[in-house]
Amino acid sequence: MAFKQKHLLGIQSLTPSEINTILSTAESFLEISTREVKKVPILRGKTIINLFFEPSTRTRSSFELAAKRLSADIVNFNLTGSSVVKGESLKDTILNLEAMNPDALIIRHSCAGAPNFISTFCRSHVINAGDGSHEHPTQALLDAFTIKQEKKKIEGLKIVIVGDILHSRVARSNIFLLKKLGAKTILVGPPPLLPVEFKNFGVEIDYDFDQAIAGADVIMMLRIQLERQKNIYFPSIREYRNLYSLTKKRYKNAKKNAIIMHPGPINRGVELSTDLADSAESVILKQVENGIAVRMAVLYLLLGGKERETAD
Amino acid sequence: MRLLIKNGRVIDPSSGTDETLDILIEKGKIVDLKPKINTDKARIIDASRLVVAPGFIDMHTHLREPGQEYKETIRTGSLAAAKGGFTSILCMPNTEPVNDNRGVTEYMLSQAKKEAVVNVFPIASISRGQKGEELTDIADLLDAGAIAFSDDGQPVQNSHLMRRALEYSKLMNTLIIDHCEDKNLSQGGLMHEGHYSYLLGLKGIPDSSEEIIVARDIILAEKADARLHIAHLSVKGAINLVKQAKKRKIKVTAEATPHHLLLDDSYLESYDTNLKVNPPLRSKENVQALIEALQEGVVDVIATDHAPHAPDEKDVEFDKAPFGINGLETAVSLILDRLVNKNVISLKRFIEMISTNPARILGLKNKGKIEIGADADLTILNLYRETVVDVDNFKSKSRNNPFHNWKLKGAPAITIVRGKKVYPF
Repeated sequence: MAFKQKHLLGIQSLTPSEINTILSTAESFLEISTREVKKVPILRGKTIINLFFEPSTRTRSSFELAAKRLSADIVNFNLTGSSVVKGESLKDTILNLEAMNPDALIIRHSCAGAPNFISTFCRSHVINAGDGSHEHPTQALLDAFTIKQEKKKIEGLKIVIVGDILHSRVARSNIFLLKKLGAKTILVGPPPLLPVEFKNFGVEIDYDFDQAIAGADVIMMLRIQLERQKNIYFPSIREYRNLYSLTKKRYKNAKKNAIIMHPGPINRGVELSTDLADSAESVILKQVENGIAVRMAVLYLLLGGKERETAD
Repeated sequence: MRLLIKNGRVIDPSSGTDETLDILIEKGKIVDLKPKINTDKARIIDASRLVVAPGFIDMHTHLREPGQEYKETIRTGSLAAAKGGFTSILCMPNTEPVNDNRGVTEYMLSQAKKEAVVNVFPIASISRGQKGEELTDIADLLDAGAIAFSDDGQPVQNSHLMRRALEYSKLMNTLIIDHCEDKNLSQGGLMHEGHYSYLLGLKGIPDSSEEIIVARDIILAEKADARLHIAHLSVKGAINLVKQAKKRKIKVTAEATPHHLLLDDSYLESYDTNLKVNPPLRSKENVQALIEALQEGVVDVIATDHAPHAPDEKDVEFDKAPFGINGLETAVSLILDRLVNKNVISLKRFIEMISTNPARILGLKNKGKIEIGADADLTILNLYRETVVDVDNFKSKSRNNPFHNWKLKGAPAITIVRGKKVYPF
């Protein structure tokens, strides 16, 4: 199946069939990372630039390894050593990097819409690796991949996403994706971090975690950022933990064998208790492992595939 | 030199006139007005098939001079105004330095006298440095030529200071204009808070930030019996407050901008920074309420909030772009095409909101009307002319206008200021 998108800016602009194409392509790449020689020559000669304007461990190394396992050349843009600190504009930074003829730019930026903005003037493929509170499409894709791996399907599952929904790009991308693939999604969090308008996205909202977790197949916990307390979104971490932490006691109300997910980094003992984070039900490290295959699939579909080359 | 405008359809809401009349102008004043004026001692403008209206007055512009002449100057702003059909413009005090003292007001007026092609009326700030701490010397500023008072984009947060400003303004019967925004509620906001801000992950500015300050100002204006003008009204709740206040005969007036009337927050899906404006483009429900407010007379004035910004400043991430839309050259065509031609409001009502009412609110006794003895400030419209908005043809120094490429029917044809044709150039 041909993949027609030029960029991956968000899940919102993908069709269910495009999402399934990415997921099935990822499946075929999963095995490469377990080989003795973890490399295939599919993207040999392609140049990719990893542009992370925000700190990241997982996503950045995951994209880097995905590119390398497909034999692409990847350059990591180092923010602190760059001209951005001298005040160079984002547009100038991109135009200068583009003059070096890369094939794709992977962008992580604190401003929502930064990849959309970049895509309006650049030639390369743009891949959104997380933009502000907007989207984090590859995270949602790897989450979907992991859910499918564990539960054999997505449609009809009850999935609970808990935490700072308002500011979470992971939540947004998952909301869009799970809706497109037919899951039943329930968002949980304190009202200031969970505006009722989120219902418009085709999900349910519930402020009461104990109630929402009943019968859940998947529990996706989000990182709570400590600075939100300063902006008066909730009174204290202590109170947040009491109401929204996933503990063994709460977990018992979920469906048997419900999986626990988290995009990382975890605040152990805050949104997720340590025993659960390290339990058999936790698929947090599987998410990370699957992330490479999913990102290989995205890179391959955007800038690899023979279909694409001949079509061009 | 006398000027005779012949055969125009003269519409003057102040007198209810709507008929074909000739207008004779001498020394910047209208000296005769009747169906047929015959004189060979005048230059003639043929206004057949055109509408002659009292000169349009834009109560809300930013001319950026002094201080940010790279965005706009009094000269370029006035040229943009003339092209857009305006004969008079008010300019906000957020210059560098702030227009908070006689020196700055006088500088603006002297620049305007030398370089502007339309009438320029400076609005001085309510507080020194727009800091919201101490009142400016309001009487002295009026004496220097200020026409009204506003802290515009840095609105007074301290209710006590606003109370005193309104009370003190009564001494000179002057007008306080407020950009109503509770900065605690809007802090960090980039667009209207609602479905689209949640979709796009951009921090929202809630309706309540405007509503609360409109409510506060109305309460204070009532107690002080002062004159209050609400700038760029944009939310339903605030509209209802103004409506009730008017019923109670509180001295409150309000304006709406073309962009708040014609665009809503769904346009933001493009992350186009030319749509970043404060107050933000609101939800469809609010836009509908604003249009009804125009029809019902809750809104008195259409004003542009012309806010020029250099292209480089807007060619950035959405978070980093400054707020503001460059509006002088598109306002009249937009309203004609989208509201008048579609029978949302009548042409007469439009002229009332863009000339008659501003003149009345500002106490400009010889403007906003076409009668013998009035200033010869006239806006002549061609209702049939079709144009395509092209920001590259702007007379303004800046280009930040989201209506680029819009096809519009109806346009300013000739602008006359104090008896002199200033547009076409």
